Amino acid sequence: MSNLLQVQGVTKHFGGLLALSQVTFDLPEGQILGLIGPNGAGKTTLFNIINGVYKPDEGRIFFRGQDVSGKKPYQLAKMGMARTHQVVRPLNELTVRENVMAGACFGHENQPLGRAASIAGEVLEFVGLAARAGQLASSLNVAQKKRLEMARALAARPYLLLLDEVLAGLNSSEIDGMVQTVLKIREQGVTILMIEHVMKAVMNVSDRIMVLDYGLQIAEGSPQEIAKNERVIEAYLGDPKLAERLMEEA
Amino acid sequence: MKHWLQPGFWFALLIVLGLGLWPVFTREASTREVGFTILLAMTMAVSLNIIMGYTGYVSFGHVVFYGLGGYVGMYLIGTWNASLPLAVLGGGAAAAILAFLLGKAILRLRGAYFALATIGVNEAVRTFISNFKPFGGPTGIELQFSVYKPYGGATQALWLTYYAVVGIAAFAVIFSYYLKTSKFGLGLMAIREDEDAAEVLGVATPNIKTLAFVFSALLPGMLGVLFFFKNGNVEPGDAFRLHFSIESLVMIMLGGQGTLLGPIIGALGYQRLRGALLTNNVMIGALPLKDFQLVIAGLLMLLIILFIPAGLVGWLRQRFPRSRRILV
Amino acid sequence: MNAVTLLTSLVDGLLIGVVYGIAAMGLNLIWGVMRVINLAHGALIALGMFGVYLLFSVLGLNPYAALLLVALLGLLAGVVIYLVAIARVINAPHLSTLLATFAVNMIIIGLATAVFTTTPRDLGFSLGSIRAGPLTLLGTRLVAAAVTLLVTGLLYAFLYRTRAGKYIRAVSNNRSAAELMGIPSSRILALSFGIGAMLAAIAGGLIATFFSFTILSGSVYELKSFIISVLGGLGNPLGALVGGLILGVLEGVLPLAMPNTWVPVIEFLLFILILLIKPSGLLGGKQ
Repeated sequence: MSNLLQVQGVTKHFGGLLALSQVTFDLPEGQILGLIGPNGAGKTTLFNIINGVYKPDEGRIFFRGQDVSGKKPYQLAKMGMARTHQVVRPLNELTVRENVMAGACFGHENQPLGRAASIAGEVLEFVGLAARAGQLASSLNVAQKKRLEMARALAARPYLLLLDEVLAGLNSSEIDGMVQTVLKIREQGVTILMIEHVMKAVMNVSDRIMVLDYGLQIAEGSPQEIAKNERVIEAYLGDPKLAERLMEEA
Repeated sequence: MKHWLQPGFWFALLIVLGLGLWPVFTREASTREVGFTILLAMTMAVSLNIIMGYTGYVSFGHVVFYGLGGYVGMYLIGTWNASLPLAVLGGGAAAAILAFLLGKAILRLRGAYFALATIGVNEAVRTFISNFKPFGGPTGIELQFSVYKPYGGATQALWLTYYAVVGIAAFAVIFSYYLKTSKFGLGLMAIREDEDAAEVLGVATPNIKTLAFVFSALLPGMLGVLFFFKNGNVEPGDAFRLHFSIESLVMIMLGGQGTLLGPIIGALGYQRLRGALLTNNVMIGALPLKDFQLVIAGLLMLLIILFIPAGLVGWLRQRFPRSRRILV
Repeated sequence: MNAVTLLTSLVDGLLIGVVYGIAAMGLNLIWGVMRVINLAHGALIALGMFGVYLLFSVLGLNPYAALLLVALLGLLAGVVIYLVAIARVINAPHLSTLLATFAVNMIIIGLATAVFTTTPRDLGFSLGSIRAGPLTLLGTRLVAAAVTLLVTGLLYAFLYRTRAGKYIRAVSNNRSAAELMGIPSSRILALSFGIGAMLAAIAGGLIATFFSFTILSGSVYELKSFIISVLGGLGNPLGALVGGLILGVLEGVLPLAMPNTWVPVIEFLLFILILLIKPSGLLGGKQ
């Protein structure tokens, strides 16, 4: 299994603040890598760097074997990378269908409008928004907007999907639904890198987990290993017994 | 999507053609002059709508394309004896080139900064041309009367010019509809809604924006040549009137930005209102109502911004979703 | 070109630059506090010019006394404009406030043109001149510069020594946080807009003491204010003063090296250049 994504020594400063320091990891095809850590640890910053929104001060990013450090987001989208945002960014005055079509049209498949419309139909079925296809994106509630964000990313049929806190703000049953969706996406062959705070979900869904704290990688490994890791517990999980319980509930 | 059978498109085209061809039937010079004014307003509004309504970049300096295109065309006719069609193409090309160069530079700016920059560009071009000897400096370019001979005299030339303007106006509507319903148009609207999200989706924003800007500049550039040819002269003050751009903006806001029909209806409404204001004899106290043209335009714009930001067509579409097939 | 000519041009430029600075300060303040670009700025400057003109020529009031009254009226006008035209769209996208202030501009200029017409006016006011070495300095310009510095000082004292000033700085820093702390943000915004308008009116009044003007002159100073704000940094009042000085000096000195008519071209090119390179201005301001 080859590495779809390779991040090497990525460092980023914002003014005097060190947001990320020497972050290094590989992401093999077909894997789900969970990215956890306290608020402000640099998780979304890492996404922004992988996605081309920011340039790293140091380090390189390799995607599908190519050095993509410093490429712009639309170039990465054209190479097969898609992403959702922590605070959803729907294209408000366009319909749900048009939003998803945009994903198919401008992603790496570069679909014409007609094909994009059919793909949008399929993807909206998949995420359960088909009934709302003709509505304006602004009329959806938060949970629906999150599904829309995901649908838009999926319509591009990416190789790599970056999910930024897709579970935030969802209730318990919505979380279960979304977790199932994520697993189904992986079954379709998409590699996933996901930022999450909902511990129960991320521990169960991820093949591997990486922990960031103050811009540093403090741990990497299977969910079980992470749950027992002292540094992680101290920095983030808090209570070792809680970590055990989370694993038991799996 | 792109249904050429969609009633909204034909409705828009019919309005423009109807208005445009009316003077042709009556063969009256006065009706033709009104036609000129309205068609110019409509085409300027429709073209500005491409960069403003579709892409979300508000330009206050749209007139610079009209002015520069007009100047280049007039220069080609006056100094190089070019035929009118060639001059019109030249004007359009000049405007497109300016838009391309500008696009690379100022489309990096967002929102208000971009709007300010467009004002700066218009003023910079105006003051530059006022100093540019080959373009006649502050006195501009004046055409010899003999220039109209090849077209069968001045009157014939005027009618020919009018047909050209009608053609361009119709083309503007067709082109605008084509853009709106194309994949390119979807990209523009994605940029308008959320430029960063659009970029993440894969829209090559710098290039797409520049192309939209070029598209918006083409027709004003061509129209400038036709109108200054018709007038027989061009001066920096005439060619780069900031007020002219602003009026296009008001027309778009009145009618509804981002729609096909909005700029057309807005232009029509605004011109009729202006006409009514200019030709009436009503007094407000000791002052004639016609002096208050600017005030009324301002009040209209303010009311629209505060209460109906989507404009007439936009509001109707929101209120009556079934109207969306006609009010495209 | 000799040293005296250069020196004269330089000093003239500085003196007028100071007044340009206060003209720009109002625009700057409003941007800094509420991220609104006030396209009615020129109209307010013109109203200031006409205010002082009318009080002087009709009522015989000393221009500087008239200035006080005009300043007060400017403050009031600004508050009213904010409440009527802007308050409703303050949280809408930038475009709405831009177009709203522009609509206000159209209304004011339209009304004023109808009432005053575009005939040029001249105060015909003079304070004589002072000789300082080889230079001759006009009294009106010196007083204008002095008034500007005084007003700038008062503005800073207000912003940094009074409670209202502190509120204004809080709101301009982070409006939602300020609201959470109980600061009445809409009142503060109205006040800030009023102060911005007041500064514009004062600038207009001062300019009227030494230049002739028409109702459309305001727009010339508005354009200059944009250039200055971009030079000095939108949101930075001190930057406005510095930017004004730079522009004034440029306008004074450039005609020595090139025909007068090229100066505006240089100004606008500079404007665009700075917008592209460092939109936060040479001194840095708020984005």
